[in-house]
Amino acid sequence: MSISRDAILEWIKAYAAVIEENKTYLTDLDAAIGDADHGANMHRGFKAVLGKMSELADKDIGTILKTVGMTLLSTVGGAGGPLYATFFLQAGMKTAGKMELTPEDWYTALEAAVNGVKMRGKAELEDKTMIDALVPALNALNESIHDGASMTEALQRCAQAAKEGMEATIPLVARKGRASYLGERSAGHQDPGATSSYLLLKTAAEVLGKA
Amino acid sequence: MKKLINDPERVVQEELEGIALAHPDLVKVHFNPNYIVRADAPIKGKVGIISGGGSGHEPMHGGFVGLGMLDAACPGAVFTSPTPDQMLEATKAVSGGAGVLHIVKNYTGDVMNFEMAADLAKAEGIEVESVVIDDDVAVKDSLYTAGRRGVGSTVLAEKLCGAAAEEGRSLKEVADVCRKVKDWGRSMGMALTSCAVPHVGKPTFDLPEDEMEIGIGIHGEPGRKRMKIKPADEIVEMLMEPIISDIPYKEGDEVILFVNGMGGTPLIELYIVYRKAYEIATKHGLKVVRNLIGPYITSLEMAGTSITMLKVDEDMIKLWDAPVKTAGLRWGI
Repeated sequence: MSISRDAILEWIKAYAAVIEENKTYLTDLDAAIGDADHGANMHRGFKAVLGKMSELADKDIGTILKTVGMTLLSTVGGAGGPLYATFFLQAGMKTAGKMELTPEDWYTALEAAVNGVKMRGKAELEDKTMIDALVPALNALNESIHDGASMTEALQRCAQAAKEGMEATIPLVARKGRASYLGERSAGHQDPGATSSYLLLKTAAEVLGKA
Repeated sequence: MKKLINDPERVVQEELEGIALAHPDLVKVHFNPNYIVRADAPIKGKVGIISGGGSGHEPMHGGFVGLGMLDAACPGAVFTSPTPDQMLEATKAVSGGAGVLHIVKNYTGDVMNFEMAADLAKAEGIEVESVVIDDDVAVKDSLYTAGRRGVGSTVLAEKLCGAAAEEGRSLKEVADVCRKVKDWGRSMGMALTSCAVPHVGKPTFDLPEDEMEIGIGIHGEPGRKRMKIKPADEIVEMLMEPIISDIPYKEGDEVILFVNGMGGTPLIELYIVYRKAYEIATKHGLKVVRNLIGPYITSLEMAGTSITMLKVDEDMIKLWDAPVKTAGLRWGI
């Protein structure tokens, strides 16, 4: 089973809806340890992305993902802007010209995306950031592909690992981003960036994993 | 929370429209992408200076665009870093051939967005230097965190660098002035109340009537310590001690003492703060040679204050006294 161009478009649209639904939730998580803008910023960005959808209908996956990245870069702001922009730009570069993706293609794209976020944010595992959801998810995807799992199962294991990574940020003391200013007081709260990253991969499992 | 606004989504847009109408002699406002630029930019042969950050800190940065200070400012959404396309367009708009200095406050988002903008500007052949201000002693500086926040020293850096650029100094020389401010300035703030981001509509954190937050940042992020409210003099001591002990200020050093209002604290209280801060500085053998008192780097309607102390040399005092003509700061002209 492969991932079609139309499925990628559907994934982006579905994620925009998920962000809309979770706007207040993400902002509330951010208010606890950051500056109360993550939900609003992501919502503004993906609203702009939705506005670009009609012109992307006949484009290749690389162009779609790069356009999402450039749109987020100029609309989101904050730290989430450059990080999610980098995520989609890097994934777009690995999928240039492609109209469908094999599981290996998807892994390659996600790997470049996650490495891009690491490079831009200079964050490592357990810094209490997006990376804590993304890296375990990438590893789970890799293992699933090696195990010969179906695309649906691989995406589900990927999303499950992101969920566990997100939940594991709760006890962590932040070492990157605005939450790090709180020191010990950042412990006990779930990281908003890890949460929006989990939602992205959860949406991928729901939309792209449809057999 | 009651606010004097029309639509939470249009706060920055409508503020910029007001600025454009109020100060056409000083600035032009460019929309989409948003930036405020000196009316006479670009100035041939002069180093351009831009800064930017989330909105909600007015008059910083837009109110400091004009002769002797910034060439352009990029306002983001409230408490949200602006985006690289704004910074790139502003950089191009102020580039007079002598290079452009980016004065960046140390926040993860601001630093990443300015880095991307500097890369894009360099790719277009504009020489860019960036200095990241990180003067907030309330935050522990460590290799493993985002580091100290950029606060009050930013205002002083914009004034001194603006004067240096106006004199015709080179990009490296102007950036050196900025690095001196970064190295020699320290700040710490406190809050009596929280503040509400317009599109959120409720206070960013809860602060009971009889408590205060010591070590507050400028985005309503909680500080490091919460305690019962105390008399002003004791609060000032709690802010001044970490500042003075953080840099090895020597007896006889000359300083600029900047008492800043967070947005909701009246001048009458800021002068009470200044009185004690001056006394403490003097007791430590520091000579307060210049001062700035008022709300210059605010946090919406938050009540509270921050104190910034900057060690200065003769050159910096001269740059401080040089003429400045902006909406937020004006003298010597």
